[in-house]
Amino acid sequence: MKSSISIEMIMLLAALLFVLGLVGVVIRKNIIFMLLAVEIMLNASGLAFVAAGSRWAQPDGQVMFIFILAMAAAEVSVGLALILQIYHQHKSLDIDKLKEMKG
Amino acid sequence: MNNLLWLIPVLPLFGFLILGLTGKHLSRFWVAIIGAGSVSLSAIITFIVGISFLALPPASGHYSQTLWTWIQVADFNSRITLFLDALSLVFVFVITFVGALIHIYSVAFMAKDKDYSRFFACMNLFVFSMLLLVLADNLLLLYLGWEGVGLCSYLLIGFWYENPVNGYAARKAFIITRVGDTAMAIGLFVIFYQFGTLVISDVLVKAPALWHQGASMATVTALLLLAGGVGKSAQLPLQTWLPDAMAGPSPVSALIHAATMVTAGVYLIARMHVIFQLSPVAQMIVATIGAATLVIAGFSALTQYDIKRVLAYSTISQIGYMFLALGIGAWTAAIFHFMIHAFFKALLFLAAGAVIEALHHEHNMFKMGGLKNKLPVIFWTFLIGSASLAALPLISAGFYSKDQILWYTWASRDGNPLFWFIAFLGALITAAYTTRMMILTFWGEAKTEPGHQPGKLMTIPLIILAFFSVFAGFIELPHNFGHFRPFSNLLQQILPETVLKTTLNSELLFQLLAFLATFGGIYLAYVFYYKQPQRIEKLRQSKLVKNLYIFWFSGWGFDQFYQVLVVKPIVFIASINKNDVVDKIYQGIELVTERLYRFLSFTQSGSLRWYIMGLVVGAIIILSIQIML
Repeated sequence: MKSSISIEMIMLLAALLFVLGLVGVVIRKNIIFMLLAVEIMLNASGLAFVAAGSRWAQPDGQVMFIFILAMAAAEVSVGLALILQIYHQHKSLDIDKLKEMKG
Repeated sequence: MNNLLWLIPVLPLFGFLILGLTGKHLSRFWVAIIGAGSVSLSAIITFIVGISFLALPPASGHYSQTLWTWIQVADFNSRITLFLDALSLVFVFVITFVGALIHIYSVAFMAKDKDYSRFFACMNLFVFSMLLLVLADNLLLLYLGWEGVGLCSYLLIGFWYENPVNGYAARKAFIITRVGDTAMAIGLFVIFYQFGTLVISDVLVKAPALWHQGASMATVTALLLLAGGVGKSAQLPLQTWLPDAMAGPSPVSALIHAATMVTAGVYLIARMHVIFQLSPVAQMIVATIGAATLVIAGFSALTQYDIKRVLAYSTISQIGYMFLALGIGAWTAAIFHFMIHAFFKALLFLAAGAVIEALHHEHNMFKMGGLKNKLPVIFWTFLIGSASLAALPLISAGFYSKDQILWYTWASRDGNPLFWFIAFLGALITAAYTTRMMILTFWGEAKTEPGHQPGKLMTIPLIILAFFSVFAGFIELPHNFGHFRPFSNLLQQILPETVLKTTLNSELLFQLLAFLATFGGIYLAYVFYYKQPQRIEKLRQSKLVKNLYIFWFSGWGFDQFYQVLVVKPIVFIASINKNDVVDKIYQGIELVTERLYRFLSFTQSGSLRWYIMGLVVGAIIILSIQIML
């Protein structure tokens, strides 16, 4: 069945999701939520790829989405491991308290 | 005998190495044996080689011995080759013979010095370098010896380094001679560029083929070499270092600053005479420098009160005679005067050293006096040396050498009456200051009691030198006295004969005038310093004479002139540049980098939020730029 949703709408949705994720990353204090927000951003870009692939009837978009999935999985595992370590060291997940890299 | 040649310079080198490396552990006896022995052995070998050279003259006119190749780069090679011809034989003879006598004298003279071995090590190194200079067959090796004698001169002027004045005198000598040496090095580059070789005999053969008479390249090369000679031989305008060089021990003054090293310039010009002959302009400049120097230094010698400074100025003046002789083409006369001068000036310095030591290191002649009967040996030898310096007619060697130069200044093709008059005036002044020195030191009332008599080791070299100061003159008699000239016959194997004018006055007339100059000078000094000393006091009252006296005493203001012209600006620039101007650029770069880093490190807050905002803002800016464009 042919979709009647126009590519512009999907792109708008993807942009919305991306901004949502970005705002989440910026305003959240807890690192886990920041990680979640990053996932949302990744998915937003994945959505944009899939939509674009379908619009031009090319497989590239779906290939890219699979890449993004794999990357997201890797990112989550590394990110979570880092978060565990941070929690061990600082007994906190508040990003504002973790300003170790101050110049 | 050819194969003994290498021993002549090598023996003093060994002496230097042994004394320099182990001198601290040797007893004074052994230091003296090695120090004086090495040079004496060299002198003996020189005799043997010299006799065989004279008895069986080699077909090529020289002995040469290649020891090894020093530098070999593409077309250029420099061998350590010793080259002995008649000219170098005269120099080697004087260096080793006078050198040996001075070393023997020093054994006694320096006996109480705490740096006994350092003294002999430096002296031996000096003799080695000087021998290398005169025996070198190429200009590079000659330059090595040239710089070596400069180094030794520096080391020995500053021998008593605890006194900062001596260190200053040593630096002055080193730096001023460096000016000439730099010019000479450039001259060597020019020669190599033009001929592709530095071997002296090759250069002398190729020069007339490459350059025509009066070629500008010949003039440039000759003047560059002359500048080197002027620096080393303390001629105008680089003469100011020699009077100060008297800060060294007296044997050093005798050996280095009177008998040998300062005549290196004379040797260089005589050795490269072909190049000078190709350039009449350069010849004229050589003669003019010599003439100017001999009067200027003569007048300065008249006013000094330090006995060694009188002798220093007289050395400058006598080398001026040699330069004058070289300039007018009287090559053999210059070398003859060099040899005679080496004998009597070494004698005078050694005798003056003995006087100074006997009078508890008193240099001031006005505080001496009356030593005639108290130090008889020194008095008689000093008298003979002075007679030679003043060119006392007929009986002194100095007369025969100086009279020859006086005659050639008139008779030579390149001579002229002005040169003759200057040389004549110089002879008069020489006689006057020599007599003044004699009278002040040995006649009159005793102002300082001599402490002790010099020992045999000191008097015997004096007597031998006195013997030569009288009799060495007889190997070269004037044309009208028997025409006995073995010395110039020997040298004319290498040096060209002096070209005389076609019409000549009687030589006898000029000899009588030379008599007049000598006796006139002696009489003047006799009147002013012995007979009627009040007249010199009266003269001093006049303002003109007083100013002239001060002017001459300070060496014609050359020191002050250089002080204003060179020393002050350099010291001024150095004081400005104390904090290193060039470094300021690099300090500026460092400062900017550090400021920038402090500013940027502010953004490194460690707050993740800021980083993300930075990313977002950056992305938005780039995207909007892209959309807008």
